[in-house]
Amino acid sequence: MLTFQGVGITAMAGAVPKRVINNYEYTEFFPADQVKEVVDKVGVFERRFADENTCSSDLCYAAANRLIKDNNIDRNEIDLLIFLSQTPDYRMPATSIILQERLGLPKTCMAFDIQMGCAGFCYALSVAYSMMQNGNFNKALILDGETRSKVYSPRDRRSAFIFGDAGVAALIEKNDVFKKSWFSINSDGSLYDLIMIKGGGYRNPSSPETLTEKVVDEYGNMRSDEHGYMRGGDVFNFVIREIPRNIKHTLEVSGVDKDSIDYIVFHQANNFINSYIAKKMKLDNSKIPHTIEKFGNTSSVSVPITIISELKDKLDGDKLLLLSAFGVGMSWATGIVPFHNCRISDIVEVENGNPIED
Amino acid sequence: MKDFIEKFAEAIEVEDVAALTAETKFHDLDEWSSLSVMLTIAFFDEEYDKQIGEKDIRESETIQDLYNIATA
Repeated sequence: MLTFQGVGITAMAGAVPKRVINNYEYTEFFPADQVKEVVDKVGVFERRFADENTCSSDLCYAAANRLIKDNNIDRNEIDLLIFLSQTPDYRMPATSIILQERLGLPKTCMAFDIQMGCAGFCYALSVAYSMMQNGNFNKALILDGETRSKVYSPRDRRSAFIFGDAGVAALIEKNDVFKKSWFSINSDGSLYDLIMIKGGGYRNPSSPETLTEKVVDEYGNMRSDEHGYMRGGDVFNFVIREIPRNIKHTLEVSGVDKDSIDYIVFHQANNFINSYIAKKMKLDNSKIPHTIEKFGNTSSVSVPITIISELKDKLDGDKLLLLSAFGVGMSWATGIVPFHNCRISDIVEVENGNPIED
Repeated sequence: MKDFIEKFAEAIEVEDVAALTAETKFHDLDEWSSLSVMLTIAFFDEEYDKQIGEKDIRESETIQDLYNIATA
């Protein structure tokens, strides 16, 4: 269990692509009644899809710029930039370096990428908190972006109706007003093939073979090895056991009383999984904000975009949040994170790689 | 067994429970879809506190096969 004190998130901003996908009308590959059944079950009614000129980094750029402007931040004071994504601009260089220049941050800024999926935000937070607490950093920016719409096959019903795109920026600063935070961060590499993109890396390099779409199961779902896939049932099995256990463990070790948590922010996997966990753990639904219905599953961005979208104006004074996320790896994390007067900007829309200015 | 069939039918949203027997090949049911896998896993967790994998479901043929896993 990692613990920190005197460091926290002081401001947040989010960005989503302008293009809205109505999930009932997303694809004509499947009969309308089948689509309705899946969409109603996963509870994703709308999602945002990035156009061909918009990458995760563009969404993060828009969010970061808004955060910097809204809070009159001196760009020269930002000396740590962490870009969290599994949909970077290039295989190299690291996207964080490109964002350093684009955002006008100083060359003395340390910038690097963290390549983690759905559980990633707690990873990035704990890395940033640790570096802030132990190093001589002034201000850190976590930029967390995903364009999962570009990852999954529209002909594979098991993943076609779930994922969406978004990006966020979170400003991390040292301040004694921040009480103790706790992070439990976990990995199980024996489950590496539950969620994966098999082709296009160096184990199975891109080839005509990896790009060929094939029927992959008895239900007629189709994808290539360069599309993502998810063994949803096995993921579900893992999650309904491990997540309640990890949350209980984190509460026990921290000594934090469940009732003193103001909000519980779950990774927005799909509504079926999320309601199941809430029911199983007998959690108070009024404390659980959600955005699955309008943004879908945006991987690591789902936790922070839910805070930005649903808790704006609700984070005045001291608030205690429990963050819980799980996904590709498998990796999973629980964070108990104190907030103090966190300033949240309005969500920006992005088109053709650029924010739409109002 | 009757109880298992009724609860399983409810879980995977089959209305005509009377048509189901231990020998029913559930993969062939009109209502069976890739979503049913999730519903079956939830049913096993809730009712039996048991874990059933995608592979177990794929390799089971009849409702009896599922019952055997649930009560193993």
